[in-house]
Amino acid sequence: MKHLFTKKNLMWLLFGALICIAMYFVFGVVTQKWQKTLITAAYYIIGALGLNLIIGVSGQFSLGHAGFIAIGAYSVGVVFQGDATLANFALGIAIGVVITCAVALIIAVPTFRLRGDYLAIATLGFSEIIRIAIQNMKITGGASGLSYLSFENINDHGMFLMMLITIVLSILLIVNFVKSSHGRATISVREDEIASEAMGVNTTKYKTIAFLIGASLAAIAGAYVGPMNFFIKPGDFGFQKSIDVLVIVVLGGMGSLSGTVIAGIFIAVINTLLQNYSDIRMILYAIILVTTMIFRPKGLFGNKEITDIFSKKRKEAE
Amino acid sequence: MAILSVKSLTKNFGGLCANSNINMEIEKDELIGLIGPNGAGKTTLFNMLTGVYEPSEGQIVINFDGKEKDIAGKKPYVITKMGIARTFQNIRLFKDLTVLDNVKIAMHKDVQYNLLQAIFRTPKFFKEEERMEKEANELLKILKLDTKIGELASNLPYGEQRRLEIARALATNPKLLFLDEPAAGMNPQETAELTELIRFIKEKFEISVVLIEHDMSLVMNLCERIYVLDYGKLIASGNPEEIAQNPRVIEAYLGEEI
Repeated sequence: MKHLFTKKNLMWLLFGALICIAMYFVFGVVTQKWQKTLITAAYYIIGALGLNLIIGVSGQFSLGHAGFIAIGAYSVGVVFQGDATLANFALGIAIGVVITCAVALIIAVPTFRLRGDYLAIATLGFSEIIRIAIQNMKITGGASGLSYLSFENINDHGMFLMMLITIVLSILLIVNFVKSSHGRATISVREDEIASEAMGVNTTKYKTIAFLIGASLAAIAGAYVGPMNFFIKPGDFGFQKSIDVLVIVVLGGMGSLSGTVIAGIFIAVINTLLQNYSDIRMILYAIILVTTMIFRPKGLFGNKEITDIFSKKRKEAE
Repeated sequence: MAILSVKSLTKNFGGLCANSNINMEIEKDELIGLIGPNGAGKTTLFNMLTGVYEPSEGQIVINFDGKEKDIAGKKPYVITKMGIARTFQNIRLFKDLTVLDNVKIAMHKDVQYNLLQAIFRTPKFFKEEERMEKEANELLKILKLDTKIGELASNLPYGEQRRLEIARALATNPKLLFLDEPAAGMNPQETAELTELIRFIKEKFEISVVLIEHDMSLVMNLCERIYVLDYGKLIASGNPEEIAQNPRVIEAYLGEEI
């Protein structure tokens, strides 16, 4: 216990809680357009945190995130054909995570022999297979998808709170994983796979673990798509979705969780602001991305965290 | 009884025979040198012994605790868990990680908590982390790297990077240590320090050391026994004096008389 309730941990708990409460209140006062922006940001952040674990921590370049998001979305969608209650939402997430883990395991076995670009292409292929499989199944409503997916008795404000809690839990999960011996072993795979294996690390095992956790977070993010948009269709989960998530990870900095959170908000806000200039939206979007990458080639945060800034200050004070 | 016996080990890359019919025996607490001209197959032999390559033929038998085990073709991490560690010819540290983390990663194979215990931060997790932190610090102190604990591995000077590689290999708690050209790129003074260091860790950790080296002053000075490879074949073995006078070794290095 004495390790869990250190001054530092309590400070972070307070800090996190304050930000969440602040966001929750902000959500209450802004217009509907910005509420939508915040929800979209939260959804992308959950997915991007998972992808950051795969790309930034274990160093495996995956482009299959859309497939896992689709599995999560459709699990909830199918369960919601009954009652759209909170209990059913939890059930949908559970089913989604189980299916995602099974699929991710099947993908991991053949593809983890590949590296870099080849792995990206292979995961991209698998993601498309998932999408096309969903498109041709009866239970998922085929190409027209599923509709009437909003919560029965939870409004947007309540859903946003759920998303905030999900983000906090995801960050806690990833941080606790990364800052353990197992996490260090996973990072060593990214650093130098040959050396890692020579030091007694079962590299395939840790690549797979990171992939499974990352894919599960994608499924959890996907679970919110239905309640967010009221309907889902296979076309929403094309490879463009994987790229959207990837952009957030790269922009925020690979390996930096705070970077992912900030970049997620950044992208969502830009998208909303640019809605008024629909003709040149994509051009401006691209220009903003390119300039950011020129000035911060390793992403907004590189591989640093917000916490590093504080601990550096404390060190200097000492 | 030898702790490592290599029996008629052969490695072919397509039509090229990198190692053919190698026989070696390594006893407990021995310091062995493996020499030979460039391209003789020394690193290939190391790679087979540590599991990076699968041998085409032959056996590699280890015997650390009275039980014989054939490790030929086993995965590198399995072999490391059995008690064989190595360093690399071209330094392969985890560059973006700190010196301490480099060592801790090598200790991972003995960690006593599982993934769930780590995620839920059980008391066992903290106990183990404390133990690893303490042991890593002790090891780094022995190797005189304790002032650099928080530095990134890539920021260390060359000699210290080599030393960190040895520290990291020792952190896996090996009984047999392979050093692939530990003195490469070092000046004479650094080489002399390294010679002392290798002798010291051999005594301190009670391990056998096998090293590949081109620096003859280090090999002749340090090794108790030497194996010589040429064109993938073992051409001589014996103590440093015997090797220095062996006509076949001289021929391999300097060419034959006309």
